[in-house]
Amino acid sequence: MRRDSNQGHSLFRIAMQSLLSSKATVTAFVVMALVVLLTAAAPLLSPWAIDSTDWESVSTPPSVETGHYFGTDDVGRDIFVRTLYGGRISLLVGLSATMVSLVIGVFWGAIAGYAGGRTDQLMMRFVDVMYAMPFMFFVILLMVYFGRNIFLIFIAVGAVNWLDMARIVRGQALSMKHREFVEAARAGGVSHLNIIRRHIIPNLLGVVIVYVTLTIPQVILVESFLSFLGLGVQEPMTSWGALVNDGAALMESAPWTLFFPALFLALTLFCFNFIGDGLRDALDPRDRAGEP
Amino acid sequence: MLRFTAKRFLGAIPTLLVLMVLAFALIRVAPGGPFDSEKQLSAEIQERLNAAYHLDEPLWQQFFRYLGNLLKGDFGPSFAYADYTVSELIATGFPVSLKLGSLAMLLAVIAGIAIGTMAALKQNTRADYAVMTAAMTGISVPTFVVAPLLVLVFAVTLQWFPAGGLGNWQNLVLPVIALALPQIAYIARLTRGSMIEVLRSDYIRTARAQGLTQAEILLHHALKAAVLPVVSYLGPATAAIITGSVVVEQIFGVPGLGRFFVQGALNRDYTLVMGIVVFYGVLIICFNFFVDIAYRWLDPRVTL
Repeated sequence: MRRDSNQGHSLFRIAMQSLLSSKATVTAFVVMALVVLLTAAAPLLSPWAIDSTDWESVSTPPSVETGHYFGTDDVGRDIFVRTLYGGRISLLVGLSATMVSLVIGVFWGAIAGYAGGRTDQLMMRFVDVMYAMPFMFFVILLMVYFGRNIFLIFIAVGAVNWLDMARIVRGQALSMKHREFVEAARAGGVSHLNIIRRHIIPNLLGVVIVYVTLTIPQVILVESFLSFLGLGVQEPMTSWGALVNDGAALMESAPWTLFFPALFLALTLFCFNFIGDGLRDALDPRDRAGEP
Repeated sequence: MLRFTAKRFLGAIPTLLVLMVLAFALIRVAPGGPFDSEKQLSAEIQERLNAAYHLDEPLWQQFFRYLGNLLKGDFGPSFAYADYTVSELIATGFPVSLKLGSLAMLLAVIAGIAIGTMAALKQNTRADYAVMTAAMTGISVPTFVVAPLLVLVFAVTLQWFPAGGLGNWQNLVLPVIALALPQIAYIARLTRGSMIEVLRSDYIRTARAQGLTQAEILLHHALKAAVLPVVSYLGPATAAIITGSVVVEQIFGVPGLGRFFVQGALNRDYTLVMGIVVFYGVLIICFNFFVDIAYRWLDPRVTL
């Protein structure tokens, strides 16, 4: 995006300032950064590989001496390493699918809001129709039909989550349409597409960033839900959802295999939700707890 | 009211049509047909089978046949359960899921509104922060994490409730709680937010000035306005509970529709899976319709 469009940024900056004054939010930021760092540094932190089996210690509880900080599962794989690598996949899916939903949602909403009139009605009616679809089920079906391809997960999950974004962006675009700078651009002969691209969308960024923060945990949740059902990422890759699924099967004999992946998943979702919520309140204090 | 009902009813038709088209398209793009087996069938048998199942007709004709059958409640035969039709399977599974889902919904609404109201009354106190942090945790911890933990604590360790199965009410306790928890958290947050705003409004101040007790103000004046966001959340909540039941039924071994769905998906029982999608889709659409009507009744300012 262009640097000269800093209206959205400044709004965002104000929100960030009010956020950073709260200790709880700063803690959430720090925890999230730690999780991201840990997953990024996974190979440096442990000698084990994601699928290497340690026959010396099968189903052993967490211990520093064996080097299995989070213990091992029933075939001797290190849970610490698997949790971190699983986190990579979960976070990757979270970010990529959110980008997919971001692109679809922002363009759909911006075009509907800017065009207005019949186009707007038709496009938003389509969104309403989509809202009523049992999407999780369609996603599950897609996974079954087309194999468990990770890129398909991005697309499918992203395609499900763009509706909220489209609605919010549309509302914003609608109110921006008659602002002076848009009219000035129109008077200057800028094409509609460029007005949307250069003027409307950059000004939406503040709001969009808030909803991105709230979409990421939703997307991670959907991916882990699929993986939990055995429809998400496949061995040797893993994700938090898949690990929770494995752990749930072993929880009576080796509860740590459930505990650590579940803890990382919940912690990450909590931090994202907390920050997103705080951001939203900071940007618009009236919009409490939001529409679902 | 009648006009509104008619309008909403007509509005639901395109939604339903999109649902059916998507369902039909997904069946058709699914690789593999109902008669794929290890043994290669002769061309003649293949042809007859196709004719028997109308697979030789043009696509649009098949679509309308599918649509017509759906309207009659006929979802076709199940591929995996050879002797059953999909309608029969839905009729077996749905009552179980309905019981589970409606109990969870009831629990979620009652507990959620109660907790949210209490938090709003104690706004910005330690109790409020504690409850809201708990609620955020409830939203962030997925059902498929909560459910195994509940089993571990209450079924395996404490042995208060059975870990699964279906029988008397004890079997339902853990699945209902697992299903309701995230919704309790969400509804509590919604209620708290709107209750805080309602309690600040002029008419509540007037009621207070007239000397009504806190309980009277809450029950007779504040609650009706404060639950509006909760009512509009009921539609998404239903969808979430239906999705959640897929996991919960799997974990607790409850023989409901959600379990059929997962089994069907893994068995590639396309007609069963599609039938459940359409069935739930229609259910959600109908439910949203009733929610809209309820909302209008609660809030006369709204004209949809």
